[in-house]
Amino acid sequence: MSTQTPDTDSENEQPSSTSPQERRMAEKQARKEQREADEAAAANEIQGETVELKVFRYDPEIEGKEEPRFDSFTVPFEKGMTVLDALIYARDEYDSSLTFRHSCRQAVCGSDAFFVNGSQRLGCQTQIADLDGPVRVEPLPHQDVVKDLVVEMDHFYDQMESVDPFFDPDETPDDELEEQRQDRENREKVKLSTRCIWCGACMSSCNIAAGDNKYLGPAAINKAYRFYMDEREGENKRQERLEIIEAEHGVWRCQTQFSCTNVCPKDIPLTDHIQELKREAVKQNLKFW
Amino acid sequence: MSQSYDRGLIEDFGRWREFTAGMWAWVFHKFTGWVLIGYLFTHIAVLSTSMQGAKTFNSTIQGLESLALVRLLEVGLLAVAVFHILNGIRLLFVDLGVGLESQDKSFYASLVLTGIIVVASVPTFVSGAF
Ligand code: HEM
Ligand code: SF4
Ligand code: FES
Repeated sequence: MSTQTPDTDSENEQPSSTSPQERRMAEKQARKEQREADEAAAANEIQGETVELKVFRYDPEIEGKEEPRFDSFTVPFEKGMTVLDALIYARDEYDSSLTFRHSCRQAVCGSDAFFVNGSQRLGCQTQIADLDGPVRVEPLPHQDVVKDLVVEMDHFYDQMESVDPFFDPDETPDDELEEQRQDRENREKVKLSTRCIWCGACMSSCNIAAGDNKYLGPAAINKAYRFYMDEREGENKRQERLEIIEAEHGVWRCQTQFSCTNVCPKDIPLTDHIQELKREAVKQNLKFW
Repeated sequence: MSQSYDRGLIEDFGRWREFTAGMWAWVFHKFTGWVLIGYLFTHIAVLSTSMQGAKTFNSTIQGLESLALVRLLEVGLLAVAVFHILNGIRLLFVDLGVGLESQDKSFYASLVLTGIIVVASVPTFVSGAF
């Protein structure tokens, strides 16, 4: 609104006794008052249904905002509106300092996992219509808050990287351009595990991961599963992966609380995969023949 | 990024209202497991001090069983043991990877069955104590 030119054409105005500076100051003041009145009117005048958002706020760098608090925003509801849409509205219309990560808006990039009404969800994948108001939006639990809804993701990424999350076959084909084909059944087996978008919702929901910073966590174990189960990698790499999986802070930390499986926005059966790897670890170590 | 806000333990214990079935199953399983261990030790203590002959044994047991509190605790012990066994069986299936999609339903089933068995046992445990 501040970029709009005022209605009055100042150049054609009658010369007056006041100085140009005083005139400009007066105009500026008038515009400011007009803008504030407009904004107040817009807030009061929302037609039709509205959503009440309660958003966690915290900013260590600004005086007066270091103490965490909740801010309320009243946002006009539209059919099909997601939590992310509502946050974007609140940021664009009311408070441009409201900070949260988002990018794709279609559950692909994994940047907008929040704690919405007591559960880890992607803002862009959660319909306002499915929630009971007021909608409470908090940063992911068990991660340090950097600002507002933005949390520290370094630890999560470290855990993901610690399982070698890339295809690493023992042998590559002689011809550099030759494809390394996977058969259909094997592809089906790893299919769901490949869907992970690194959003961190699972890790945040896990009580065990919260109490044990070395625990790989559901997403990293799922990543390990994706490659451990890939038949193209070969026996050596498989053994290496198994060592990571069954290490002290690997699969055996899982206590089958199923919270990760409940929150995963890509519906990956995380607990199934962790349990399968536990059985795999036992089978590989209990060989009597 | 000089500072970041760690919400500490409050968020773990303050969020119990948001716990899902599997989380409650875990909390109850831990709790019941340790209560059973606790009972095991009291059980050993009671038995080893009352093993001086038939008389002492009978008077100890009769003395304990005449206390209404002991009768109530026995109902509680049964509840704890039945839940631990039923949920233990559920966990064994979870370990085998069987029926993971219904893990919440099997937890609720363990709770309901525990309730039924405990209620049905109350007359037996409490008869004559009040
Ligand atoms: C038929 C009887 C029982 C069954 C099927 C059973 C089953 C189980 C299972 C499957 C677990 C492992 C849970 C997990 O995966 O984390 C467990 C843990 C445990 N059980 Fe049992 N159990 C039985 C009887 C008992 C008895 C009689 C006691 C005590 C004397 C007991 C004490 C415990 C304890 C202390 C734990 C460990 C809890 C923890 O993780 O801290 N259980 N039980
Ligand atoms: S496994 Fe699911 S919840 Fe966990 S990071 Fe990947 S997409 Fe997110
Ligand atoms: S904005 Fe990309 S996953 Fe939600």
